[in-house]
Amino acid sequence: MDGELGFLFSLLVSGLSIGMMYALIALGFVLVYKATDAINFAQGEFVMLAGFICATTLVYELPLWLALLTTVVLMVAFSFALERIVLRPLLGRPVVAVIMATIGLAAMLRGLPPITIGAQTKTIPLPIGDEPVEFLGTSLPQIQILGIVVTILCLAAFTWFFTKSRMGVAMRAVADNQQVAMAMGINVERYFAIAWAMAGVVAALGGIIWGSMLGVDTQLALVGLKVFPVVILGGLDSIVGAVVGGLIVGVVESVAAGYLDPVVGGGTKDFAPYVLMIVALMFKPYGLFGKRRIERI
Amino acid sequence: MFYREAGNFKTTYADDMALFPLPLTRYAAMVLLILFALIVPLVLHEYYLSIFNLIFIAIVGALGLNILVGWTGQISIGHAAFMSVGAYTAANLATRLDLPFWITLPAGGLMAALIGAIVGIPSLRIKGTYLAIATLASQLIIEWIINHTPAISGGASASIEVARPTILGYEVKTQRDLYFFTFFFAVIAIVATMNLVRSRIGRAFIAIRDQDIAAEIIGINIFRYKLTAFAISSFYAGVCGVLYTYYFGIANYEAFQIVVSIDYLAMVIIGGLGSVLGSVLGAAFVTALPVVIRLVVEAFGGYIWDAAALSAIAASMRLVIFGALIIFFLVVEPEGLARLWRNIRNYFRVWPFSY
Repeated sequence: MDGELGFLFSLLVSGLSIGMMYALIALGFVLVYKATDAINFAQGEFVMLAGFICATTLVYELPLWLALLTTVVLMVAFSFALERIVLRPLLGRPVVAVIMATIGLAAMLRGLPPITIGAQTKTIPLPIGDEPVEFLGTSLPQIQILGIVVTILCLAAFTWFFTKSRMGVAMRAVADNQQVAMAMGINVERYFAIAWAMAGVVAALGGIIWGSMLGVDTQLALVGLKVFPVVILGGLDSIVGAVVGGLIVGVVESVAAGYLDPVVGGGTKDFAPYVLMIVALMFKPYGLFGKRRIERI
Repeated sequence: MFYREAGNFKTTYADDMALFPLPLTRYAAMVLLILFALIVPLVLHEYYLSIFNLIFIAIVGALGLNILVGWTGQISIGHAAFMSVGAYTAANLATRLDLPFWITLPAGGLMAALIGAIVGIPSLRIKGTYLAIATLASQLIIEWIINHTPAISGGASASIEVARPTILGYEVKTQRDLYFFTFFFAVIAIVATMNLVRSRIGRAFIAIRDQDIAAEIIGINIFRYKLTAFAISSFYAGVCGVLYTYYFGIANYEAFQIVVSIDYLAMVIIGGLGSVLGSVLGAAFVTALPVVIRLVVEAFGGYIWDAAALSAIAASMRLVIFGALIIFFLVVEPEGLARLWRNIRNYFRVWPFSY
């Protein structure tokens, strides 16, 4: 294929593949919201932190598998600590409090790397090739293919977890109604911690993949800004929604950048998803797959 | 303020709502006014006055954000965008039409109020988390539009230079002149907010904050009041943006990025949600802290970091300390500095007989 149609097709393919990578980051966000009702404005910073941990361990010439393992373990530990120290005291407080706490956390995490390990961009060399893979006439970088595979694996794992495992069912119960879950003998606080730990794992994977694609510096945290359109479109508490939202956002920004950037002179990529999101908020505020909330006084 | 009353003698609602519950409060306010209007500007060096100027401008913005977040319970992560709307409106009016500041200032505020009300429209259907994300989106969208529309932003570098304001032919240009200029608006903002929150509108805001569905049931038109809250809050933000523009002599979108929105949220949280005193204390604290951090890092940072990187280190340090303070206040003292002040006052009110 070539010409106009080929251009559109290559935009679509690159949009879908980057969309899958957005979905990976959005998964962590959705997991936390689904289980604990807490919104994590620091998701991008989580990813950045994971990238920094991985890149720093690689500086000490650890074998790659050990570096990856360290990243996952440290991110889980960090998420546990965060839940314990910051979010548990905020239970039952207005939603603004949790939002602000994670915004504060985001600021903190963004400020930390320059004063501790330096602001210069670091790399995470994964053992994959640099040359893009030809795919139906368009090309995809190998790292994005790895990202897609990881996202699909995560998705499969979480689907299994939430439908088949005992823990997953308990977590769904917690998400559905905390009081009833408590009455059924579920330790709600423990499941909050588990949800955050799972978000930590997802952030670690996201940090490793995005970090090796873009390089690790504080700019990596900007990926987090893409999470919001994704989760709003898909619905804040839907794992399928995270993937569908990710794909939509990926395609929209890729197509918008391909066709509008020459007209308005750049930057459409960061702008279009948010316009789409505002429209979605106006017409379908709970997203495509989100659960509608009914409020009682 | 600084008194110990002998009992509660309020017999009417008007007494209870009065701005000055006792004559002593009135005297205390006058003393403060004289202190800041006369003694401070005549005694202090211009450098310190410049910090005061930034604090006064921040007070206007923090009060506005507090009306929205603290009194009405609607969150906005896009407040800096409203400031940029005010700033660019005033800058365009001042440079193209040559209008004086007493027209551009309210015009900037009104324009910001209009945009703010539009951004506030989704607040009827969505709240909490969703509203936070929507305002974040509006921040990014407004920033992008200003940046990509040369008609607004004045060309490639997206900044417009503005002449200093003139009052009756006198140009306000030194820090000392600007001190009186900014102080005037800070005082107006404080008095206006104190009156607003004890009025019918303010009570409606508080009802919406505490339980919006219940507020609707007792007959408060929440759509109207939520939009009013967004408009008033954005008006303050717009005025704050105009003041920044006149203060720096330039309107530049980089001064109104999302970091600034977070700074202002930090002000109202550290200061105290739903408190005029809190907004003032928070604005002073958040504005003065970076100065202190910079001084400390410049003095002692050389032992740890490269001398060349120190200014970047100070900026990062500021982020870390702000983030930590926001979390600390949220977890430990959700009512902020205003509450700490009240605790101290209550302790001395009955001292030494604390029972």
